[in-house]
Amino acid sequence: MSDRIREELERWEKTTLNRAVSKSPERQPSFQTTSHIALKNLATPLDVEDADYCRDLGFPGKFPFTRGVQPTMYRGRFWTMRQYAGFATAEETNHRYKYLLNQGQTGLSVAFDLPTQIGYDSDHPLSDGEVGKVGVAIDTLQDMEILFDGIPLDKVSTSMTINSTAAILMAMYIAVAEKQGVKSDLLQGTIQNDVLKEYAARGTYIFPPHESMRIVTNIFAFCKDRVPRWNSISVSGYHMREAGCTAVQEVAFTLADGIAYLEAAIQAGLDVDTVASRIAFFFCCHNNFIEEVAKFRAARRLWATIMKERFKAKKEESCMLRFHTQTAGCSLTAQQPDNNVVRVAFQAMAAVLGGTQSLHTNSRDEAYALPTEDSVRLALRTQQIIAYESGVADMIDPLGGSYVVEALTNEIEGKAIEYIKKIEAMGGAVQAIASGYIQKEIAESAYQYQKEIEAKKRIVVGINRFQMEEKPLTDILRIRPEVEEYQKEKLSKIKKERNNVKVKETLALLKKAARGKDNVVPPILEAVKAYASLGEISDTLREVFGEYRQS
Amino acid sequence: MARKIRVLIAKPGLDGHDRGAKVIARALRDAGMEVIYTGIRQTPEQIAGAAIQEGVDIVGLSSLSGAHNRLFPKVVQLLRERGAADILVFGGGIIPVNDIPALKESGVREIFLPGASTEDIIQYIRDNIK
Repeated sequence: MSDRIREELERWEKTTLNRAVSKSPERQPSFQTTSHIALKNLATPLDVEDADYCRDLGFPGKFPFTRGVQPTMYRGRFWTMRQYAGFATAEETNHRYKYLLNQGQTGLSVAFDLPTQIGYDSDHPLSDGEVGKVGVAIDTLQDMEILFDGIPLDKVSTSMTINSTAAILMAMYIAVAEKQGVKSDLLQGTIQNDVLKEYAARGTYIFPPHESMRIVTNIFAFCKDRVPRWNSISVSGYHMREAGCTAVQEVAFTLADGIAYLEAAIQAGLDVDTVASRIAFFFCCHNNFIEEVAKFRAARRLWATIMKERFKAKKEESCMLRFHTQTAGCSLTAQQPDNNVVRVAFQAMAAVLGGTQSLHTNSRDEAYALPTEDSVRLALRTQQIIAYESGVADMIDPLGGSYVVEALTNEIEGKAIEYIKKIEAMGGAVQAIASGYIQKEIAESAYQYQKEIEAKKRIVVGINRFQMEEKPLTDILRIRPEVEEYQKEKLSKIKKERNNVKVKETLALLKKAARGKDNVVPPILEAVKAYASLGEISDTLREVFGEYRQS
Repeated sequence: MARKIRVLIAKPGLDGHDRGAKVIARALRDAGMEVIYTGIRQTPEQIAGAAIQEGVDIVGLSSLSGAHNRLFPKVVQLLRERGAADILVFGGGIIPVNDIPALKESGVREIFLPGASTEDIIQYIRDNIK
């Protein structure tokens, strides 16, 4: 069979193709994906000659999960439509959440402001100008109570983009649930809790890496006992991709981080299978449609193999790479913002064809500000149209078996393995980040990307071709400057009203745990319940752990 | 040989989005300028201090977190207070166009928005630093 195809292919190339190309050459001398994988003109069965269906693809819900992690995929239920949202105060964000749930969103995703993410209260000097800007400001449990007011936490699953202060925000969530009469073992959701990529790309680190990894493993241990249905980490490639890395690098760096977390968990005495089943992942979905679909499939198969071969996972569930996807923020343009709706739709479609478990679609106006209510509704509708109208959710992995998709899946996996080996040779992801290797790789890719755009080797519609005179968008979401004052007043009031002796006691217990070997999460939970502020809890940990400084 | 233009690229506030700042720092270097990049999470005081200490001609501020209205004018003000009003300040990032007049009023000389090319920025600096 292969011989015949090879023969026919050669004949086609020499005759039909050659004639066509000699009359009118191809658009460019060569074609490649964003990861610099060369693309030939046509994929054929010859490109997947070595494939072994049962070994490499298998069946949905079964190792190596190339075709999807659930046996029914979207025939059972659609992915979770989860729009990342949060701005200004808990009051305003609560209103947005209720709006989104009313519009058919199926899960919540909390965006916190930068002070909350970096462990400063709204009244801290470094919070100046940042309060409520990129997300909602949370200072004490009171804010979290307002944030989830009227939202039953036993019914909704909540993802929180929170890393260095993940333990504090998760503790607040548990405390709010308790007040609603919901026990922590019923709670479903995710904390990002991925500090490694904060050093590599995102920037909301507080403590040095060793201490951060201790908190991460403390959270793993706590969740295993107290919040068993909670994803205790979401290992994130998204931000490294947004910072500029390629699809291959995204897979490699993310899985390398995943390996580092599991190694740390094992060192902390945790069982691989218990931890692995609560690890989730988070990827970006960029423009190059076929490459992105292949990327998700490659990531799934590679992680499954790593879990089985390297970590000797016993449960098949431990080998499942479950992931959230967000469309690529960095692909949005301020020019002709309506074009972003189209970009987002294609990216979202690729994520669905790649088998995502949940999805955030960016809004058209996000090159300007956080999205308006109208924009975010349109972004949600985009997902609903893909789910209910496009038909792509009616069959599992519908692109599986496509010669090019399978060939690219193999190629991305192979190239990611090479990167992971290189990182391993450096001593693992923690070392690779400490030495600046990953940061350099990301920066290099980002620079090349920009140079390609400026040389018009890469076309961005509305930026370097098809530009037009237009008025910039001015109907955008504004965060009122009064938010900062309001937040400061709320905090100062609660500091007067709470039992300050109790606050001191709980913080002292936290300090003791941090200095010793005890898990820091239970004392954080007690401090949170006493209405100790996020800043006070973070400062207590800073005193013991110190702070990381970027070199 | 003419003295090289010295530039400080800085990230004020808590924002960690440094892709743009790093790309611009490198593009300016490739264009023959001497560039100091501060890294993320700098206070306006640290930035003004670094600008004066390094004797730069111009400071480029990058912010994508929405804190520009508070932080950019502070850098300008601190430079003026410390007798370094001759150091020009420009900025870029996710900045609503409606904010630009007030930023310029405060002394920020130019704002570059998403989609600006590194060539535009290089040209701007060359035109304004003699």
